[in-house]
Amino acid sequence: MSTIPPLKTRSAQIHRKGEGAFALDCNKDSLAGAVSQRACVFCGSRVVLYPIADALHLVHGPIGCAVYTWDIRGALSSGPELHRLSFSTDLQEIDVIFGGEKKLAKALDELIDLHKPKAAFVYSTCIVGIIGDDLEAVCRKMSREKGIPVLPVQSEGFKGNKRAGYQAACTAMARLVGTGDTANISSYSINILGDFNLAGEIWLIRDYFRRIGIECVANITGDGRVADIQRSHGAALNVVQCSGATSDLAKIMEERYGIPSIRVSYFGIEDMAEALYSVARHFGDPKLIKKARQVVKEELEDLLPELTGYRKSLSGKKAAIYVGGAFKAFSLVKAFRLLDMKVVMVGSQTGTREDYLELEEITDDGTIIVDDSNPLELSSFLKEKDVDLFVGGVKERPIAYKLGVAFCDHNHERKEMLAGFSGMLNFAREVYSSVMSPVWQFVPRRAEENNHD
Amino acid sequence: MTKMTNYTATTNACKLCSPLGASIAFRGIEGCVPFLHGSQGCATYMRRYIISHYNEPIDIASSSLGEKNAIYGGGPNLKLGLKNVTAKYCPQLIGVATTCLTETIGDNVPMLLAEYNREFSTEDSPELVHVSTPSYSGTHMEGFTAAVAAVVEQLAAGSETTNSLNMFSGFVSPADIRYLKEVCRKFKQQATIIPDYSDTLDGPALDDYPLIPEGGTPVESIKKMGGAVASLELGWSLPEKTGGRFLADRFNVALHRTGLPMGIRATDAFLDLLEKLSNNPIPPEYRAERGRLVDSMVDGHKYLFGKRAVIYGEEELVIGMTSFLVETGIHPVLCASGGKSGKFKAGIEEITKGFDCPPPIVRDGVDFYDIEALAKDIGVDIVIGNSKGYALARRENLPLIRVGFPIHDRIGGQRILHLGYRGAQALFDLIANTIIDRKQSDSPVGYSYM
Repeated sequence: MSTIPPLKTRSAQIHRKGEGAFALDCNKDSLAGAVSQRACVFCGSRVVLYPIADALHLVHGPIGCAVYTWDIRGALSSGPELHRLSFSTDLQEIDVIFGGEKKLAKALDELIDLHKPKAAFVYSTCIVGIIGDDLEAVCRKMSREKGIPVLPVQSEGFKGNKRAGYQAACTAMARLVGTGDTANISSYSINILGDFNLAGEIWLIRDYFRRIGIECVANITGDGRVADIQRSHGAALNVVQCSGATSDLAKIMEERYGIPSIRVSYFGIEDMAEALYSVARHFGDPKLIKKARQVVKEELEDLLPELTGYRKSLSGKKAAIYVGGAFKAFSLVKAFRLLDMKVVMVGSQTGTREDYLELEEITDDGTIIVDDSNPLELSSFLKEKDVDLFVGGVKERPIAYKLGVAFCDHNHERKEMLAGFSGMLNFAREVYSSVMSPVWQFVPRRAEENNHD
Repeated sequence: MTKMTNYTATTNACKLCSPLGASIAFRGIEGCVPFLHGSQGCATYMRRYIISHYNEPIDIASSSLGEKNAIYGGGPNLKLGLKNVTAKYCPQLIGVATTCLTETIGDNVPMLLAEYNREFSTEDSPELVHVSTPSYSGTHMEGFTAAVAAVVEQLAAGSETTNSLNMFSGFVSPADIRYLKEVCRKFKQQATIIPDYSDTLDGPALDDYPLIPEGGTPVESIKKMGGAVASLELGWSLPEKTGGRFLADRFNVALHRTGLPMGIRATDAFLDLLEKLSNNPIPPEYRAERGRLVDSMVDGHKYLFGKRAVIYGEEELVIGMTSFLVETGIHPVLCASGGKSGKFKAGIEEITKGFDCPPPIVRDGVDFYDIEALAKDIGVDIVIGNSKGYALARRENLPLIRVGFPIHDRIGGQRILHLGYRGAQALFDLIANTIIDRKQSDSPVGYSYM
């Protein structure tokens, strides 16, 4: 079978480095019928707010939106686990006709009494945007009655893509910020934004900062707590990870409270080390910088020898990357370089022009760079580049497996800790255990090659 | 009687939304691309959910409506989407299911599809089938049944009489569909089994990513369903309006209904019916399977007798499972479903009739919060249902037997065989061994001989 050329209307969103000047269309609505890997506004809000473990997360809409997001992420909590329950107003036809406000108020009344959350987030879904329920008014009333913040999240699915959902989530969280007591916060203090504590990663990151002598005020949002977010304006610096999921909140906090922010990534040795150094540099205290160096040194001592073994086996293997936000892709490109693997394709669902420019800069000639791709394109790239390993999420996994390509899950559902220094080792192990599996010799792609030999 | 507070909100739903059921049904038609008319998230979320069970790719297209479309109507995006899917996938059929968004903004999909056909249709254009699946009405089961009915209604035409049997498999596993196909083959009964995702959702490793996976009920066969000798619908809780009912009303195809062949009595009834319809005797292999099943049930009966089971999931599956469990001596104590067909209670009463076990608590329209509340303090030994009951089983320290959909925490959900004596045999061994294992590991002695 020949590879099918992409739809004409899609070709502006695919670029091959080295072939002509860089031009990549992005940040546009998904093409109808193209089977985008993207989700919706609601999804964006849900991923950002989900890990806040002592809040009630009520999805106002028909059952689907709530049930497809029930306990699907590996975002761990060290205490309450209210976030792992799936609450829905489960709107029925009659509610669509007469409006869902009463049902919403009653649901909130009962759920808040039953679960005693520290705050409640009420997510708007497509249908709520159409029937015109006044979420704001219901939330205000319930907040008054129950004495906790009840916050509407304007996440109607059709109102844009995941990015718009991030923004809606940040707008909702911004209403919590500034309502708590900021007494006794160290001048060397940060908020960690954009880490969701998958497999417990934020505990690792917090520990690094603790060893340097830096206080973490609020986790936003991994292992998050309402009270911490309420006092997060007392921190001296916002340390922001991830492609924009929480950068709107950082922006709001900068405008409102003058809190500066820096962007970091915790994936890969280089980026993890640089994250610690840049935070230490920000405070300008030589003691912090020295301690940061110490932490990096200690962590790497154990790590590097073991990593070398993996590097030897994986050297020269070809990798393809398709992730939600482009920021993770930067780190992955570097991480693969550390393993001496070649990145031959990299793409994201929601990258911006700046993101793609940076990807163009850090990748080798011939690398395919793609925005908002789909299964047919991705599978044709895997074939064309004869990829050994694909990195993505659940929706990318069957594409790789069907074609007999190794796979590493780097999305919200994973159970492996991939951030931090030890995360790099886990990542190498994970890549190694898929790429080196004996099963590939039996899949048609390799079986045929073997026959030809 | 155990009490249950009737909360307004649904907590941890024991049901999914109707477009998901429609998408899976469409996946079982040859050359068909499921297409959701709504915002992008619906298709993506459902793909994720379905992939995690079947471990197979499932491309579901979307009209990807944005804010302007929600205000001015989704027609242009629907048409553009159909055009792109046609260009890219070269499908024989596009199955268009609506969502809550497009149902509420009032898009007239049949009219839009007719317009599309007038504007763009050529000889090679795919057939377009439309099903209305607002997610605020019914569950994935209603969506599944409605999509199958829509395919039949919109494709089946008057046809010459054939020797073929129409078999409506219901929402069962790919392994179950393979079993049904085998049964028809062994009865030498030509059949159109609809839907048939036995290959499309459980396919082999490939060299190329398939545009549309091979397999599925052939469109040509569906067109001839009006000339079949009879229709057979499997299900205890089917709605009045089904594909089989349509064929009976429109083309006078005799309609037979029997419950999912789970356990001994239901499989007996199913095979007896096929014997009658095919005019061929029950193949000796099945008699042998039945004999082995009964023999093993005797061997294991003491382990199972009186053990108290909670069963949840789709109404169909729960009724079928319960029917088998009472045959083994297990006492179902709670039968629960998020569905609300109105036929659940009667179904459970019917299949437990004549068995000397206390009547179970039967609840429809419940969620996992209710199920857990109901199961508390009634003394449960084993939990049977899909993966979503894991939290409950874990909290109560009970073994969970995984059946149905979704299986998100094990591999091989698509290969679980529930139907026939063979399916019952596999389930019996699994359940018996799970109970034996519990007894063995709970014992301080460390018996190696049970």
